[in-house]
Amino acid sequence: MMNKKKTILSALAAGLTLSTVLAACGGDDNEGGSSNGEGGGEGSDFKVAMVTDTGGVDDKSFNQSAWEGLTKFGEDNDLTENEGFKYLQSAKQADYQPNLQQLARDNFNLIYGIGFLMAEDVKKVADQFPDNNFAIVDMVVDAPNVASITFKEQEGSFLVGVIAGLSTTTDKVGFIGGVESDLIKKFENGFKAGVMAVNPDATIDVKYAEDFNSAEKGTAIASGMYGSGSDIIYHAAGGTGVGVFTEAKNRKKNGEDVWVIGVDRDQYEEGLPEDVTLTSMVKRVDTATYEVSKQTMDGEFPGGEIIEFGLKDEGVGIAETSDKHVSQDILDKVEEYRTQLVDGELTAPATDAEFEEFMKNVK
Amino acid sequence: MLNIRKEFGTFVANDNITLQLRKGEIHALLGENGAGKSTLMNVLFGLYQPEGGEIRVHGKKVDIENPNIANELGIGMVHQHFMLVEKFTVTENIILGLEPKSGVTIDRDTARKKVMEISEQYGLKIDPDAKIEDISVGMQQRVEILKTLYRGADILIFDEPTAVLTPQEIQELIQIMKRLIAEGKSIILITHKLKEIMQVADRCTVIRRGRYIGTVEVDETVNEDSLAEMMVGREVNFAAEYSKADPQQVVLDVQGLVVKDSRGLKVVEGLDLQIRAGEVLGIAGIDGNGQTELIESISGLKKPESGKVLLNGKDVTGHTPRKMTEAGIGHIPQDRHKHGLVLDYSIRDNMVLQTYYKEPFSKRGLMNYKAVAEKAKALIEKFDVRTPSIDVAARALSGGNQQKAIIAREVDRSPDLLIAAQPTRGLDVGAIEFIHEQLIKEREKGRAVLLISFELDEILHVSDRIAVLYEGKIVGIRDPKETTEQELGFLMAGGQRGDETE
Amino acid sequence: MKKLSLNQLLIPFLSIILGLLVGAIVMLIGGYDPVQGFISLFNGMFGSPYAIGETLRAAAPLIFSGLAVAFAFRTGLFNIGVEGQVLIGWVAAVYVGINFDLPMFIHLPLALLAAMLAAAIWAFVPGFLKAKFYVHEVITSIMMNYIALYTTNAILRNIIGVTNERTDSINESASLASPWLQELTTFSRLHWGVLVAVLAAIVYYYILQRTTLGYELRAVGFNKHASQYAGMSVNRNIVLSFVISGMFAGLAGAMEGLGTFGSMTLSASFTGVGFDGIAVALLGANTAIGVVLAAILFAGLNIGGLAMQLGANVPSELVKVIIAAIVIFVASGYAINYVIDKLKGNRKKGVEKK
Repeated sequence: MMNKKKTILSALAAGLTLSTVLAACGGDDNEGGSSNGEGGGEGSDFKVAMVTDTGGVDDKSFNQSAWEGLTKFGEDNDLTENEGFKYLQSAKQADYQPNLQQLARDNFNLIYGIGFLMAEDVKKVADQFPDNNFAIVDMVVDAPNVASITFKEQEGSFLVGVIAGLSTTTDKVGFIGGVESDLIKKFENGFKAGVMAVNPDATIDVKYAEDFNSAEKGTAIASGMYGSGSDIIYHAAGGTGVGVFTEAKNRKKNGEDVWVIGVDRDQYEEGLPEDVTLTSMVKRVDTATYEVSKQTMDGEFPGGEIIEFGLKDEGVGIAETSDKHVSQDILDKVEEYRTQLVDGELTAPATDAEFEEFMKNVK
Repeated sequence: MLNIRKEFGTFVANDNITLQLRKGEIHALLGENGAGKSTLMNVLFGLYQPEGGEIRVHGKKVDIENPNIANELGIGMVHQHFMLVEKFTVTENIILGLEPKSGVTIDRDTARKKVMEISEQYGLKIDPDAKIEDISVGMQQRVEILKTLYRGADILIFDEPTAVLTPQEIQELIQIMKRLIAEGKSIILITHKLKEIMQVADRCTVIRRGRYIGTVEVDETVNEDSLAEMMVGREVNFAAEYSKADPQQVVLDVQGLVVKDSRGLKVVEGLDLQIRAGEVLGIAGIDGNGQTELIESISGLKKPESGKVLLNGKDVTGHTPRKMTEAGIGHIPQDRHKHGLVLDYSIRDNMVLQTYYKEPFSKRGLMNYKAVAEKAKALIEKFDVRTPSIDVAARALSGGNQQKAIIAREVDRSPDLLIAAQPTRGLDVGAIEFIHEQLIKEREKGRAVLLISFELDEILHVSDRIAVLYEGKIVGIRDPKETTEQELGFLMAGGQRGDETE
Repeated sequence: MKKLSLNQLLIPFLSIILGLLVGAIVMLIGGYDPVQGFISLFNGMFGSPYAIGETLRAAAPLIFSGLAVAFAFRTGLFNIGVEGQVLIGWVAAVYVGINFDLPMFIHLPLALLAAMLAAAIWAFVPGFLKAKFYVHEVITSIMMNYIALYTTNAILRNIIGVTNERTDSINESASLASPWLQELTTFSRLHWGVLVAVLAAIVYYYILQRTTLGYELRAVGFNKHASQYAGMSVNRNIVLSFVISGMFAGLAGAMEGLGTFGSMTLSASFTGVGFDGIAVALLGANTAIGVVLAAILFAGLNIGGLAMQLGANVPSELVKVIIAAIVIFVASGYAINYVIDKLKGNRKKGVEKK
């Protein structure tokens, strides 16, 4: 909420006039005219927008990341916030559809639905507004005017798994998922495979919070895992992960040597000041939104296509800050595996079945 | 207090009322419920600010903005509902808020000594170390009086002080009041009991509907009837003689009844009682001797531990209230607001509270409000319930009219047994008269009437037989014509046992 | 129905106006233009067929949850458990919607009935505990909410077999969705549930005001002591009231499960529909018509709030401020009454002085 406010206030500070189609409907003609003139002066009338899921644009995770991508795109192309690029917040699941529809009605050229929960809504609205372009993140929607953006999270997770497997001193690591689903399974299985590839003796404690927004649950589960001997926890749990950091910081303050592996964005800062972030599995939603926006503006909207961002495209990877706590030896090992994955010599497992298959090969 | 005026919104509670209290007198303030007595006293005590008039103490005009100023001026109030901390001792209660200190701790010895001094000076005997919860109501009242004296009050306001006392305690209180004025205090006595005024008051100020009627010297020239007339504004047939009863067969037969109260204590212990058709049986007793539980077990609200309740010879022990009602019991509860009426329901809806599920009021699960309205109209007409319409919420009616409505409803079902628990509590003289007449009327129709009241006058006045209840047992049955208040009071206080012959 | 006194109407209306005023002040402080904000808010609520459609769509579950809370209120009970009952009703409706294949005229009513019954059973628990063991219904019904939340998740995972956070869509034969209504309102999600909700409001009125049961329930609600003295079974009424309240709540869940979404999502937090019902009942003064109007208002504010983001760049959270302010003003209706009385009194006094 605070951040959001800040975003909007900073937009105001930038001297933008607030004027909208609806206000014009309300009989406020003057301003509408002037803002049109302004827009024209920028030399571009491309409009792109995104609808957040219930996590909101300040979720320190993929909503925020997606918005960062759009913001960068907007700035690079001299678009103005709220005019040329914009986000709409969803407080409830029921808000997804009206938000998408509003933007379509308002003739945004490209509309992102962030998060796979929005898939059905995107599908429906895309059918209703065949002339608009849509994009969905983390899910495949089969429609000619929808671009589906997915990531090979298992590849990035594999790499942080390698780091965890080589860094653990207790031979025990943990994984905390948000809500069990095919998507989060990709994180889990990739991670497990990475750990096992370098440290077959390690045990991996896997737990799901069944919740993406409960820091308390994150704290409770992390407490259990650290308590039973895990020294590194990889979380793929959104807001629930905040609690994992809290627990790790408390333990670090008491002298325990515990670590967290962040997810989606570089979560180095979340680990401060106790400095508990070992590394982060970075999922470049921002790159994706930037790229797809650019393609669309250039008239090459990948409608109906599935765009998969993996290690090769630098859509996933480990955070740049990894060298702060991870030794060069380990990073060299990571680079080794990275090359293998990019070259296709090795495949990171995404599903439980693939993981089992993977394990057969390890043994 | 001169020309006091107090308004609440558009309602004028006190209109130009003057009350002059002389030093060393007992001045009665007489008026019906709702006449404005309490408002006037609250103005004097600083709880309300008057819209007009002025208050003078010892000739000096004063502004009593809050009770603290009243205290400083030597005005003390003995509340009707005692303001005491149950778990504290007598001394602690008296000194509460004005504790003598030694350093930061309370100087108990000094406090105790001072309390004893005052107690002896005014002849208010108490045990300074007893806890409030262990002493009688009369004693608690003494503590209240001592509290005001401890704070140096010269003017004492007694708000309906006798309402909770036994006849003996009332006599003691009267002695205390006389002693107080002998010691130079002045007393305002708020009451609607004429007898007390005749007994103790020097002068009496009467107010009616917020207006000042007059102040009279209480001497040979006035009597209860003339005071009542001033209070009500018309002539009152104060002590109507009712015809003699003609008792028939036994309607209610209670045998060896044992009932526990909500705390699990046995409060009715082996009670036997018979009521016949065509008589009014009055139950005299001090509050808390098992009256409530007796009524509750007869009306089905509470299951007795043991014993039997027979109605017209049939065993109805422990039946539900509905079965009891259907078996022929009508019940005028002691608390009409809590138990007698659904205050937020209209008068119309209140009239079928027991019978709503029967034809013609209910058919196939649907209410026939037309039939209900007809019934209600007929009843309010017959029983002279004053209400602007049947759609008015019961809450809006005066106490007297609420009680009339309840009686109308209960009597209309022609119950064989009518239980009337404190049916006139808080009502004015006119309404009391009406309700007593209704009870007698029922008796004359051959019903059995069980009257429970804490007012001995009422019991003596209406009953054909009086059963005295003490600690859950009937300790004596007396003929009202042959007994005296003193004898009953003695029995009520547990003075005599074993005399259970009829 | 009893005639509404002026004050009864005055308080809700005054509260709404004051609530909007608070919203305007907050907008000014935040540096937004309240005029533009309100224009886009109102346009987003009722300004187009689409807006009306979405507002009514969002109102349907609120009407039900409002009726559920109000029904219990009218009988002297505080059912905070509506939220949990909504979830249970939702999951039951979706279960029937997915797992049966029947003609619509059987399937849809069956799904609605399942929602009602499941939620009624859920609501029976606090009612029973109160009647039998005098456990306060507020405590038990709150706890039942949490049990409901985790139970529904367990059911979704283990019985309905959700692997990806969301169930499959229900079969069309159990759906309240209407392409015709959607088209009429240019692609809103308006569904037939709104009609069911209005029907339920009429049933609510009918039960309370016309039936013998309603007479009894209201009497117990106003004064359980007097009702007991008059021979009514207070305990039976408590249980019944909870069960009926639960049925309304269950249908609120069915609105979401069979109407808006046609599915159910694993959720770790409450839907809010049940809690909003408390506000709706409060503003609607527990009357049928009041609940319907209050539900439409709150639904409209929520929907309009989304439009406000786009139309005036005002965060949609602002409508939460407005709604909260309205609720506070209604709840402090006594205070408002006091002020009104005081003003009247002063006026009179002033006249007298002249």
